[in-house]
Amino acid sequence: MKNFHYFAARTVKEAVSLLEAHGDAAKVLAGGTDLIVQLREGLRSADCVLDVKKVPELMELRLGADGLRLGAAVPCYRVYGDEAVRSQYPALADATHIIGGWQIQGRASVGGNLANASPAADSIPPLIAYQAICEIAGPNGRRRIPVEEFCTAPGKNALGRGELLVALQLPPQPPGSGAHYRRFIPRNEMDIAVVGVAANLTLASDGVIQAARVALAAVAPTPVLAREASEFLVGKPAEEDVFREAGDLAKLSASPISDMRGPADYRRHLVGVLTRRVLVTAAERANTP
Amino acid sequence: MPKHHITCTVNGDEVEFLCEARQSLLEVLRDVLRLTGTKEGCNNGNCGACTVLVDGVPVDSCLVLGVEAEGARIETIEGVARDSRLHPIQQCFLEDASLQCGICTPGFIVAAKALLDRNPNPSEAEIRFDLAGNLCRCTGYDKIIRAVQKCGAPLRGVD
Repeated sequence: MKNFHYFAARTVKEAVSLLEAHGDAAKVLAGGTDLIVQLREGLRSADCVLDVKKVPELMELRLGADGLRLGAAVPCYRVYGDEAVRSQYPALADATHIIGGWQIQGRASVGGNLANASPAADSIPPLIAYQAICEIAGPNGRRRIPVEEFCTAPGKNALGRGELLVALQLPPQPPGSGAHYRRFIPRNEMDIAVVGVAANLTLASDGVIQAARVALAAVAPTPVLAREASEFLVGKPAEEDVFREAGDLAKLSASPISDMRGPADYRRHLVGVLTRRVLVTAAERANTP
Repeated sequence: MPKHHITCTVNGDEVEFLCEARQSLLEVLRDVLRLTGTKEGCNNGNCGACTVLVDGVPVDSCLVLGVEAEGARIETIEGVARDSRLHPIQQCFLEDASLQCGICTPGFIVAAKALLDRNPNPSEAEIRFDLAGNLCRCTGYDKIIRAVQKCGAPLRGVD
């Protein structure tokens, strides 16, 4: 690996000014499980590596009345290891528990998974299903964008020069909510999703769906909201037939490619199957407070 | 570029070293500190042969920069045995012949010890899930799983 300058920022301001000064020659280091591999294999290059794990705001995990605030560099093991996150944001716990193995989860962050912008990123469908907001700091202050606007193409994101992803804000979940993330892989663990599906449902006491968000990974250039499926579910009873129809509608949001992980038709079929199964689990969780 | 001066603890001892920013913690452990018990397998975070604990958390040391060790508490395979006494997990690996070529073994031992410290009575499924980040191309895993399960009992007795 080519040598580089290493700098550990202590504040967001310090990180932003360094990113602004160096532009694309500076790379942000959170858990490093993507960046270090990419630098070593020559897929990306850096004159300067900026470690952001000493910035307290990026390492903060806080649950409050305004929901979950997740610092961009918080590693996966802290996310699924937090009992309140597991009960209030179970789909995010599901995803962070299956990103790589234990050793990867000790380092890899949700913010890094998002910024790396892989179409197959496991943590992004739950973030979309939870309507997460990305908080971005830049030379001109802070801005906030919905998470589904953050990834712009495979490996590309909405960050401009000098901008840093600081945190993700997930709104509080109303009573009667349940969510799940599941992916299909041909192995039991340690693999990249052929298809990933997250769903977040809010049920009324009579079992009618009040709010629904379904999101897909590995079937489009970026993880996507399954809009038709999500809108269809609202006002319907939380029943298997409804979930099957939502699975069919979710396929409308998929534009998969054929690659080594699976042909496009297979992926489209999997979207239907996984969406139905994920909705069943999300509804079960909504019914067990 | 000047080297970085890093201070941390390794297996309880305070250690100082100089490293380049590009050097991984694995390279530092093996080539600078001469702690060659930690093995290099894939060098890209798939195989777990280089597993160490950083502040108590299992990580692949090939995916950590040496400079990131500043102020950290590092534990390696060299710190698992006490004096000349093997840790129970090492004893179980020996008794069950849970290794052949041995390259993956230090990583498995460090990860398995961390697993048992957290959960002294894991099920087979839990062991297989938590050790999925460690690859072994010799044993077929069954003997490793058995050793970890067997080890749970004496560890609980020690508690």
